[in-house]
Amino acid sequence: MSYTNFTLNIDADGIALVTWDMPGRSMNVFTEEAMLELNAIVDKVATDATIKGAVITSGKDSFSGGADITMLQKMLATLAADKAKDLDKATKALFENAGYMTGLFRKLETSGKPWVSAINGTCMGGAFELSLACHGRVAADSDKVKMALPEVKIGIFPGAGGTQRVPRLTDQQQALQMLTSGQMLSPQKAKSMGLIHEIAEPKKLVETAKAMIKNGLKPVAPWDEKGFKLPGGPVYSVAGANLWPPAIAILRRETYGNYPAAAAILKCVYEGLLVPFDTALRIEQRYFTEIMQTREAAAMIRSLFVSLQELNKGARRPSGVPESKFKKIGVLGAGFMGAGIAYVTAKAGIPVVLLDRDMEAAAKGKAHSDSLISDQVRKGRAKPEDKDRLLSLITPTADYADLAGCDLVVEAVFEDSGVKKDATEKAEAMLKPSAVFASNTSTIPITSLAKNSARPKNFIGIHFFSPVDKMMLVEIILGKKTGDKALGAAIDFVRAIKKTPIVVNDTRGFYVNRCVLRYMSEAYKMLIEGVPAPMIENAAKAAGMPVGPLALTDETAIDLAQKIMKQTMRDLGENAVDPKQMALINTLVDTHGRFGRKNGKGFYDYPQKPAKKKLWPGVKDLYPQLAPEKVDYEELKQRLLVTIALEAARVMEEGIVTDPREADVGSILAFGFAPFTGGVLSYIDGIGAKKFVKIAKGLQKKYGAEFKAPKLLLDMAEKGETFYERFDPYARSEAKKAA
Amino acid sequence: MAEAYVYDAVRTPRGRGKKDGSLHEVPAVRLGAKVLEAIRDRNGLDTGIVDDIIFGCVDPVGEAGSVIPRAAAFEAGYDTKAPGMQISRFCASGLDAINFGAAKIAQGADEIVIAGGVESMSRVGMGASGGAWFMDPSVGLPGWFVPQGISADLIATKYRFSRDDVDAYAVESQKRAAKAWGEGRFKNSVISIKDQNGLTILDHDEHMRPSTDMQSLAALNPSFVMPGEMGGFDAVAVQKHPEVEEVNHVHHAGNSSGIVDGAAAVLLGSKKAGKSLGLKPRARIRAFANIGSEPVLMLTGPVDVTEKLLKRARMKLSDIDLFELNEAFASVVLRYMQAFDISHDRINVNGGAIAMGHPLGATGAMIFGTVLDELERRDLNTALVTLCIGAGMGTATIIERV
Repeated sequence: MSYTNFTLNIDADGIALVTWDMPGRSMNVFTEEAMLELNAIVDKVATDATIKGAVITSGKDSFSGGADITMLQKMLATLAADKAKDLDKATKALFENAGYMTGLFRKLETSGKPWVSAINGTCMGGAFELSLACHGRVAADSDKVKMALPEVKIGIFPGAGGTQRVPRLTDQQQALQMLTSGQMLSPQKAKSMGLIHEIAEPKKLVETAKAMIKNGLKPVAPWDEKGFKLPGGPVYSVAGANLWPPAIAILRRETYGNYPAAAAILKCVYEGLLVPFDTALRIEQRYFTEIMQTREAAAMIRSLFVSLQELNKGARRPSGVPESKFKKIGVLGAGFMGAGIAYVTAKAGIPVVLLDRDMEAAAKGKAHSDSLISDQVRKGRAKPEDKDRLLSLITPTADYADLAGCDLVVEAVFEDSGVKKDATEKAEAMLKPSAVFASNTSTIPITSLAKNSARPKNFIGIHFFSPVDKMMLVEIILGKKTGDKALGAAIDFVRAIKKTPIVVNDTRGFYVNRCVLRYMSEAYKMLIEGVPAPMIENAAKAAGMPVGPLALTDETAIDLAQKIMKQTMRDLGENAVDPKQMALINTLVDTHGRFGRKNGKGFYDYPQKPAKKKLWPGVKDLYPQLAPEKVDYEELKQRLLVTIALEAARVMEEGIVTDPREADVGSILAFGFAPFTGGVLSYIDGIGAKKFVKIAKGLQKKYGAEFKAPKLLLDMAEKGETFYERFDPYARSEAKKAA
Repeated sequence: MAEAYVYDAVRTPRGRGKKDGSLHEVPAVRLGAKVLEAIRDRNGLDTGIVDDIIFGCVDPVGEAGSVIPRAAAFEAGYDTKAPGMQISRFCASGLDAINFGAAKIAQGADEIVIAGGVESMSRVGMGASGGAWFMDPSVGLPGWFVPQGISADLIATKYRFSRDDVDAYAVESQKRAAKAWGEGRFKNSVISIKDQNGLTILDHDEHMRPSTDMQSLAALNPSFVMPGEMGGFDAVAVQKHPEVEEVNHVHHAGNSSGIVDGAAAVLLGSKKAGKSLGLKPRARIRAFANIGSEPVLMLTGPVDVTEKLLKRARMKLSDIDLFELNEAFASVVLRYMQAFDISHDRINVNGGAIAMGHPLGATGAMIFGTVLDELERRDLNTALVTLCIGAGMGTATIIERV
């Protein structure tokens, strides 16, 4: 028999080398076909008397990415359809499907022939579970080798024995930590945990794996041996009693009960370790079947895997624009943002000219990169030579002439139209006509800035978030005249620096900041109502937000909020800002000198580290306080998410964002919108437009016009539509394909 | 319907619940046997007519396993016709055993019941029986498990009791216990534990530290900072009580109940049975109730169950002369006093478990006897006995002298 995805070579010693190398893919994944072929290979190895054992490795740079997630997504789609027909039958089919991989790996494990996994590169999810089922595991001693069971990050969990084999190989504490965090393991870490047996020089990987078999590797997993004992001791033991209660508490601390997959991991491990191995696998299969059917799994798989990957691959690139290569990038302004942009650009290996008013300021901007990369080196995440290389790519300057030859210039100067005009004109004078000029403005419309440009077709917004090195999202803003070429270049640049681009049409606050302002504003309203500040912050976190709205205001600075509010009043009239909110912010800034994190005094007090920030006691004296039991806590949580989601719906209605994937992914990457919902629009879709509109109406009655649902939502409610139906992101490409 | 009467109540002294505690050499079952012997001997009881022996025991495993009251009856030389049953409702087990016995009598099923409890914390160890409550994620998550110390600290935080407040309460508990012992207020109930030769092993509560003052307590570090922060339990507490920004850890060994060994038993019977045995009833069980309460605060069940019980018994707070609330942690009692506006003059008047210790399964029966003695000493009429309970429950009983 010949295989499409594997090759089988039996050497003179009777050891089969199974090389996984799927045609037409950059990475091996478990497709249905790959699983069927592996199944046949396992049978062959087991039944062919001339084969003594097998080594499985990959013909690619990486070992494997694990299960084909799009296959899982399709499985869920069929499930939904089948459920409508016959619920029991559909559920049973899912259970059987979920158990296929489990059964395959268990068959390999109990086949009577020794199997060794030779892990040559990245080995994720199902592929690592396959390796764990092998009797021996050898990893190449290379930075390329990363092993993980990262399923929890997309709302599912390792469902092919991972939750059972890991805690039978290493102690329960390390196992739980690895499984619930999706932690990446280096070969050294994996070996210290007992998850792999050997680390070999990359060239000797297969040889080492074969040697294990030649040296008599027993084809029996430890848990199939009589008298097997758990490495960390039994669950019901003193050690177990010290581990499990805090493990459950820590899970709640980290998830607020919002992530059923993470909880399922704990349940699988706990229940599984109390029973024999095959029973344990069945328990895991039952939980996997449950979790696959959760809304969280579907939402997270879509946004955090499928959509994210599509956007990262440039889903929104205009067709017909050739891919840009960047030989040189200019960054205007070496302040905090400019310096950060220079850093991420150089980190991607692209030469940067970092320009500021004088050499001193430019050099200071470069020093920011020095401190960031030095920190990485200190933490072992980068090598000293990486640092030298990165710093050599950044040229600080005060001379616009140095911009000559840049393919793209990112302007990150002071937010002042005059200053920006000056910088644009001076830079463009030095640039070739094809170069793209991008502004990192966060407040000024791109169309108005484009008026400073001699070639508005090549003028675009590339809006980074702070801190640039950490924030993965970049908004690309289209001015009225921005052309496809500029858009293509901007997307290519964002991809080159390994961030995620979303394309946004021009408007005040673009997309992200409009949503964030609503979030903070709702919190101010709550404060004014007399809701105790800890309840506001805790409600936000319980709703799934990473940072409370008051803490977030402190981070971005309260005086900045004041400036934005005042600017909004100047631009849009006095009524554009709630006078009570203005009074709150004015009191904080003008009366109490509380500017936020930057002066150590905001809604919180910021004592010297390691002391933690604590709410300023004066907050509760600003407004008469409601008794906690008079506050509807669930409603607080709802208000914070709904106000953001409504703004996102308005942004869609106005055509500012056009692709729901971008709204969803953007909301998670930029401001951490409750990831378990799949993002702002998936949140609405998950509730259903009709019910959501009803919720919004109820909130509008109690809390004001901010909760007025836009016409778009009313229409969707009437038609029973979701965002992904109404703004089907795939219809466009299908249409394109058809054309 | 028949009513249940109280004819006698005895308890052992409480030994420090550690390896160097005086009762550490005494098996758990023997502590139970000693109180059974005392009940029999003090009342000249024909044990053949005992309908049931119900003992609370929170960790009924190892030597305390296999129905410890039946085992204790063997060692005490009871008639084999006297059966036994062990129950657990954590810290209220001893009081629930009494309520259970009273119910059987009131229902007319039983005439004579011995109810009480036993716990050798030095020999069996707290938590020895394990349990899904805190181990199983399918229970711990929906049950919001936190250790009791976190709950006690949360109560202090939520209801605004400072470290000084809880310490001052503890100092007073020690003072009252010392005074009560000094004046012999417990002598009617406490039996000495003697060896087979009649030599005394322990005749007083040895956990007490009468010299405790604010200064000595101030030197103690709070006990639950580590589990709260590292163990994630503070976060659980805050998630359930979001108006709390962070838990203020105020409890330590000096203002929490002591870990001790001990046993207690109460002789219950119908009016008729008492008469035929020539026993004089000391009190009747007027009413009792149980309740489940919010599990993260966990220890506020006494407040909830008191409300429920008073309503059910159609009584008012002012009808109660004395309150006896187990001093699991200082904040538990402070919250109870705050909730009902009860002056310290009416509650735990002879101190409590902070000074004398809390032998889990036995405590309910111990403090039941303590308050009965005090009603008689003060010639008052009515008392309410209550305990806070793990996993968020409350048990309370109202007794009335006859």
